[in-house]
Amino acid sequence: MKFNYRVVLLIIATVFGLFFSYPSFTQSSEGKKITLGLDLQGGLHMLLGVKTEEAVNSQIKALASGMKHFAEHNDILIEGLSVQEGKVAFELLDSDDAKAVDEHLKTLEGTIVHANEGKYSVSITPEAVEKLKLQAVDQAIETIRNRLDQFGLAEPTVAKQGLDKILVELPGIKTPEEEQRARELISRAAKLELMAVDEDRAMRVNDLSNAEALSFGDVILEDALAPEVKHLVNEIPILDGTMLTDAQVGYDQNNRPVINFSLNAAGAQIFGDFTGKSVGKRLAIVLDGKVYSAPVINERIGGGSGQISGNYSVAEANDLAIALRSGALLAPIYMMEKRSVGPSLGADSIKASMVALIGGFVLVALFMIVYYGAAGVVANIALVVNLALILAVMALFGATLTLPGMAGIVLTVGMAVDANVIITERIRELIRQGYSVRKAIEAGYDNAMRAILDANITTLIAAVVLYVYGTGAIKGFAITISIGILASMLTAILGTHGIYQMLENRMSKSKTPGKYFGIKG
Amino acid sequence: MELFKAARSIPFMGKSKIAIIISIIMVLGSYALIATKGFNFGIDFVGGTIVQVKYEGTAPIDEMRTRLSGNAMFEGSSINEFGSPDEVVIRLKSSSESVTQDIGDAVREKLAGTGQFEIRRVDIVGAKVGSELREKGIMSLTLAMIGILIYVAFRFEWRFAVASVLALVHDISIAMGAIALIGLDVNLDVLAALLTVLGYSINDTIIVFDRIREGITDSKETSLVDIIDESITKTLSRTTLTSLTTLLVVVVLFLFGGEIIHAFAFTLLVGIGVGTYSSIFVASPILQWFGFDVKNYRAKLSQKAARQAEKERLRAQFEQGVV
Repeated sequence: MKFNYRVVLLIIATVFGLFFSYPSFTQSSEGKKITLGLDLQGGLHMLLGVKTEEAVNSQIKALASGMKHFAEHNDILIEGLSVQEGKVAFELLDSDDAKAVDEHLKTLEGTIVHANEGKYSVSITPEAVEKLKLQAVDQAIETIRNRLDQFGLAEPTVAKQGLDKILVELPGIKTPEEEQRARELISRAAKLELMAVDEDRAMRVNDLSNAEALSFGDVILEDALAPEVKHLVNEIPILDGTMLTDAQVGYDQNNRPVINFSLNAAGAQIFGDFTGKSVGKRLAIVLDGKVYSAPVINERIGGGSGQISGNYSVAEANDLAIALRSGALLAPIYMMEKRSVGPSLGADSIKASMVALIGGFVLVALFMIVYYGAAGVVANIALVVNLALILAVMALFGATLTLPGMAGIVLTVGMAVDANVIITERIRELIRQGYSVRKAIEAGYDNAMRAILDANITTLIAAVVLYVYGTGAIKGFAITISIGILASMLTAILGTHGIYQMLENRMSKSKTPGKYFGIKG
Repeated sequence: MELFKAARSIPFMGKSKIAIIISIIMVLGSYALIATKGFNFGIDFVGGTIVQVKYEGTAPIDEMRTRLSGNAMFEGSSINEFGSPDEVVIRLKSSSESVTQDIGDAVREKLAGTGQFEIRRVDIVGAKVGSELREKGIMSLTLAMIGILIYVAFRFEWRFAVASVLALVHDISIAMGAIALIGLDVNLDVLAALLTVLGYSINDTIIVFDRIREGITDSKETSLVDIIDESITKTLSRTTLTSLTTLLVVVVLFLFGGEIIHAFAFTLLVGIGVGTYSSIFVASPILQWFGFDVKNYRAKLSQKAARQAEKERLRAQFEQGVV
């Protein structure tokens, strides 16, 4: 027998297809498997936006806070330090200090300083603003990733999409409650601030409006445990969570969970300086704009560690510690798109599409055999190999199988036999015209080839466009359809041709070769 | 088995006028439907929220409605059965930006105590994402058509390309008309189905055009109408059979694929049906009306062949060192 490269290729394709699709069927732990999309296995998909302008605002606040510390540390008298319209404004009382202040301001990068007769205004350059915004997105991605890694979910995905969007995918989520907990962890600002209580006006806190408070350089904050209790604190914090080095869950004397945090050297220095100066006054521990406690300072606190107490459950304290450790979000995030599927719905979808796949396959296979006889069997062999190939290629490339992707496979069953229908129809035509089987097969494949190629390439164009412009699950459809088309070229054209060449001698000997193609004669 | 055994070609082109009139009525009717009734855009394209809830036993739809009424957040919400009496889908026009406490959580809390239920799906799409997806959708349909147009023009001739794209516009228009008529939720999956219809329908048309191309180059027939009739007749078996196998699986998908895949399968069902019709009755007549002239085309082809032969002759001479 002559070497039949087509049959060899078909056999290779079959072995390849079965070998690499096998792990996906058995879900064995070895070998590459197809990943199921979130719509099939259940899970949470979110597209998050970042409010980058908030990062700029907090940077300006940090500037003010730095200025305050600088002035206090060097005994420089400034007045009216405030943040207005994206600028830090203050007045220098003693012009002798001007040189020191100017020197200090020069060390701040990306700022524009206006000074007029001791009145200073410091703002951030547009370039620095842009940079801050980009940083805020990258920092949010990094922070969310850190938090999710510590949360202990299987295979979380956190990726940048476009310039300022974040894609978060959590396959392991089982219940709405679990999902909400994960969302809380992700979105928590975890902004820790240590603020000085304005003892001079603290008595009047309930009579002050926000604007009045602001005019004294104060803000009114809610108590975290008792929202009706208000605290009046200095607007500009003493220090914030950027100087945090660690946060761990601990227990207080009543065995309630608390969070112990420690500060880095610079933070410890500032903290020590402040507590040393403010004995007898109160220090507010503020987390995400709420006051968790405001203990009286009894003595200078060195070492740079502190404690946050609240009415936490252990899980809450744990999540909060994770959030504090992985750092604050520079800018708040917001939900742009969310798709969440429960595992039971995913399982139902798999079941339904398997029924459709098997049902569709059986119907098409039966139809092909009834209509084309032996040629139908050959086409069906090609179809089975085609399906195995789709799964194998997807498994190898780590592609994700989604519900629309399943529909794509079902559709491929219908469309893949197309090539064989075209070819068999051609062969029938030629046999009717009196060609020998051998010639009919060769000419049939030759003639059909061009049409199949053109038809498949145009379909592929539509599929590629769908892949480029489609999002999420729809991309999965484009993938299965494309692989299906390409695989069908191999199995339905090359493969079946090879099988026919193998059978050629037997068919030629038959007096009625047409019967192999489902016709008389 | 054989279903199509026409010994002589069937005079399809003789019926083309009637076919085109039917097509024009269908297309215009579709546009009228789209203009008056409009699409029922789903959350993918306009933003909003979908919550799918499964109850143990029949879902208390009336009670759910009362629970969700009288709150601005849930205004314009609709609650419908989804596939079976114990499963419902709540559609809300609004979406929420909060990550911690979203509109899905709000619905869950509101429904607490209405019975044993499980929230199986929450989809929230913000308005901004919706409009982005809409733009991308229109873009993808247009680009796919342009891509096909260029490819067919390259492989055949411009008149073939324009005829096939017009046939595509015809198919997509009627499929969209049917979507508007039924009031199907238009989401990304429907868009995917429309693009599949594009790919499928062009596939059919090309098989017919390929035969016409073959008839033009290989046969002695000079009448385009006769060539077209013969080509359609010869491919009729294939056209209907493949449509049949594809329709078989789509019907199975429609019946058993589950509620989520319904709109997708419906669009395919209509689109593939219309696509089959159009590759027989719409694409080819357009080709004729564009004044495609067989003699001219053959003359051009032989000129091209002659140029090619001349080039090869020169090259051969060059290689042999004659020139």
